[in-house]
Amino acid sequence: MLLAEQALNGLQYGMMLFLMAAGLTLVFGVMGLINLAHGALYMIGAFACATVAAATGSFWLGLVASLAAAAAAGALVEMAVIRRLYTRDHLDQVLATFALILIFSEGTRWVFGSFPLYLTLPPALSGAVTLPGGLQYPLFRLVIICVGAAVALGLWLLITRTRLGIRIRAGEADREMIGALGVDIARLYTIVFALGAALAGLAGALVGSIQSVQVGMGEPVLILAFVVIVIGGIGSIKGALIGALLVGMTDTIGKALLPALFAQFMERSAANTTGAGLASMLIYILMAGVLLVRPQGLFGART
Amino acid sequence: MSDPILSIRGLKKSFGALTATDDVSLDLLPGEIHALIGPNGAGKSTLIKQIVGEIRPDHGTITFEGQVIDRLDAAARARLGLARSFQVSSVIADFTVLQNVMLAVAGADGHVFRFLRPALRDTALTEPALFHIGHAGLAGREGVKASVLSHGERRKLEIAMALALRPRAFLLDEPMAGMGLEGAKQLTTILSDLRAEAPILLVEHDMDAVFALADRISVLVYGRIIATGTVAEIRSNPQVRDSYLGEEA
Amino acid sequence: MTRDMIINLCVFAILVATAVGAHLGGQGFTVTLATKAAILGLAGVGLNLALGYGGLVSFGHAAFFGIGGYVTGIFAFHASSGEPILTLPFALMGSNEMLGIWPMAMLAAGLVALLIGALSLRTTGVYFIMVTLAFAQMIFYFAISWPRYGGEDGLSFYVRNTFPGVNTLVPINYFAICAALLALALIFTALVTQSRFGLALQATRQNEQRSTAVGIRATPVRLTAFVLSAMITALAGSLYADLNRFVSPAMFSWHMSGEIMVFVILGGVGRLCGPLAGAAVFILLEHLLGPITEHWQALLGLMLLAIVLFAPGGLIGLITLGLDRIRGGKADV
Repeated sequence: MLLAEQALNGLQYGMMLFLMAAGLTLVFGVMGLINLAHGALYMIGAFACATVAAATGSFWLGLVASLAAAAAAGALVEMAVIRRLYTRDHLDQVLATFALILIFSEGTRWVFGSFPLYLTLPPALSGAVTLPGGLQYPLFRLVIICVGAAVALGLWLLITRTRLGIRIRAGEADREMIGALGVDIARLYTIVFALGAALAGLAGALVGSIQSVQVGMGEPVLILAFVVIVIGGIGSIKGALIGALLVGMTDTIGKALLPALFAQFMERSAANTTGAGLASMLIYILMAGVLLVRPQGLFGART
Repeated sequence: MSDPILSIRGLKKSFGALTATDDVSLDLLPGEIHALIGPNGAGKSTLIKQIVGEIRPDHGTITFEGQVIDRLDAAARARLGLARSFQVSSVIADFTVLQNVMLAVAGADGHVFRFLRPALRDTALTEPALFHIGHAGLAGREGVKASVLSHGERRKLEIAMALALRPRAFLLDEPMAGMGLEGAKQLTTILSDLRAEAPILLVEHDMDAVFALADRISVLVYGRIIATGTVAEIRSNPQVRDSYLGEEA
Repeated sequence: MTRDMIINLCVFAILVATAVGAHLGGQGFTVTLATKAAILGLAGVGLNLALGYGGLVSFGHAAFFGIGGYVTGIFAFHASSGEPILTLPFALMGSNEMLGIWPMAMLAAGLVALLIGALSLRTTGVYFIMVTLAFAQMIFYFAISWPRYGGEDGLSFYVRNTFPGVNTLVPINYFAICAALLALALIFTALVTQSRFGLALQATRQNEQRSTAVGIRATPVRLTAFVLSAMITALAGSLYADLNRFVSPAMFSWHMSGEIMVFVILGGVGRLCGPLAGAAVFILLEHLLGPITEHWQALLGLMLLAIVLFAPGGLIGLITLGLDRIRGGKADV
């Protein structure tokens, strides 16, 4: 329970949350759409990875499959359902995407059953690494951190340096205008949605590799992604990154430290339960704090 | 000269490098119609938002009936009697004309937290509402949903709602916008009569209406008031002609 | 309004008729189903006040449903164990009496709603939805990690709470209690939405700018609606706990929040009896489709999607449209 190890765990958790939140905030910023089914895309990525990895024996193919499957599912859903929702109010968006969750969850349960699937990591990625200072840390978790950082960098480059990025930024600023300027809105939206979906799928595959793959795995993560976006500000990738790291660290270190803290003046088992309970509420308290001071989030546009 | 009802002193508002309101001072005297004119982009809407309470100015003070209202939010200012109309008519679309004005009566009254008595049977709401509806020229249209009203009727509804606030000053934002010839004439008469209720700060582009109605005119260009005076004075002011009115005025 | 009133009365009457008929036919289980419909409908009536009339898309109303349930469970648990719930700052003993528990449940939910509402209403739009969801999740995790009252496994209490003069274990009696409370809530909602407050609430939903311009501040109005709606939903939670004689953190889950929203949307947002119709249809689907396939929720999802995309007025909206077609008249609100 070394602090350094917990800090790294927090960082890894944060990076995974960032992958989820980035897609959500992008979709919201550009299309003004709240998407509850984002968690389902996470789940699809995980299942795709597990299935393909088991079938081909290659984890790498599994990862590719997770990206492809999630992106494809995202694109399909966008074209079939989501695009009818852009002009609707938020309530309709919430309900329609909630309906999608039900459809996806039960559909997945029908195909795969309710039992969890497990992924085995390839030898290249498993095992531990000795970090400076003598700490032994699982290599895969370090990989996740690096992947997260790479994605953050990649998104930043995409948004600031490419044509697509300019269109995305313009779309966030003024939706009607870019249509008038001749940008193919429909395709832009599908691409953005699929991009967000791919990130979610990647997150699902990565986490599924450490934990397990089962129906409903995306939902707790989705809600945390919401918390991240509220803290970071809607539409801001930077906000999503910082918010995600804040949430990841707070949650992990809180869960590690609070029981121990309470054990100072409470008997052990009570300290554990109270500490764990309070720790899981910690991020919501953090969110409430941000709301009090800056309701639009740390990096959100002031409404 | 009596004390101004509404007094604006040294108002300044910038958005980054853009100075939208540049040291604006303005008085609204009792009984007058004071028109505010100026080219598009001059900062008229920003100025209105600051007077009404939607935006906080960076510097300056607004005094209403002798009371400094800088710290008050928009709803509080409305309750003090600062009645506004919107450039694009803003009414409650699904409510009838009567319900809209009843809403204004309830808001002005301050007693909104009544839960059990049906509003439509509350004479404290319906009687004043019907009175103001008649006063604004909408008699007979009480039961009509606001969404099906004609453009001119919607303008009248806004006036009825403004009247329901027991106004001490009107702030009208381009009421003539979108009005046809006949409607504009009608509205001009209504506005002229309105002056008897409370003074009007009239933001307008329609110069015929301005010259017909205004007692005084202020000209706003690039966020600054470049001239204030009577109709005759403004019409002959060379600076104003250059920057806004042109030669035909 | 009269035509809508008739539709509302019909929906309620059908529910009562179903229960009475089932009771007379000896079908205790169907009476229980009708009771469940009444209770879930009540939860939806609560949400509808904030959502349908106030335009507040609260995706965390399960928090209040659960609070109502847990207050009931805790009181019942302590009543049977004899220990006091609290000794400081004042002695609070357990209770088995519904008439005592209901106000406590509503009060607890009202206080929590005041806090959550005050924080959440600092946001609008999508933020509001996410924030209400997040707060409900927080309470969910709290309930899971509170071993005193069962934690994740929940809390059973074996005796249904009491109501003076009535044997509450008899299904039709309990149905009567729930239906009576539902009727009261419907009457209350009807009064409130037609009052001055209702006028202000619906105005802030449709056009906040105009409401402000006539001197009505949106936040206090919305907060009041939010608290009232939470209290009604909490009452439903209490009844639900008593129905099952069991509470669990699942009552706080976001699926529950989503379900309550589904009742409201299925029946028709902003319609008085919409939530009741929606809850009844939901329970019917669960009961009829459940045995056919364990994946019946996928079908529910498809139905919900269809309604959102193609019939936004919900079922009552469809009925109204249908009646219009038959009569050839114009719809009034």
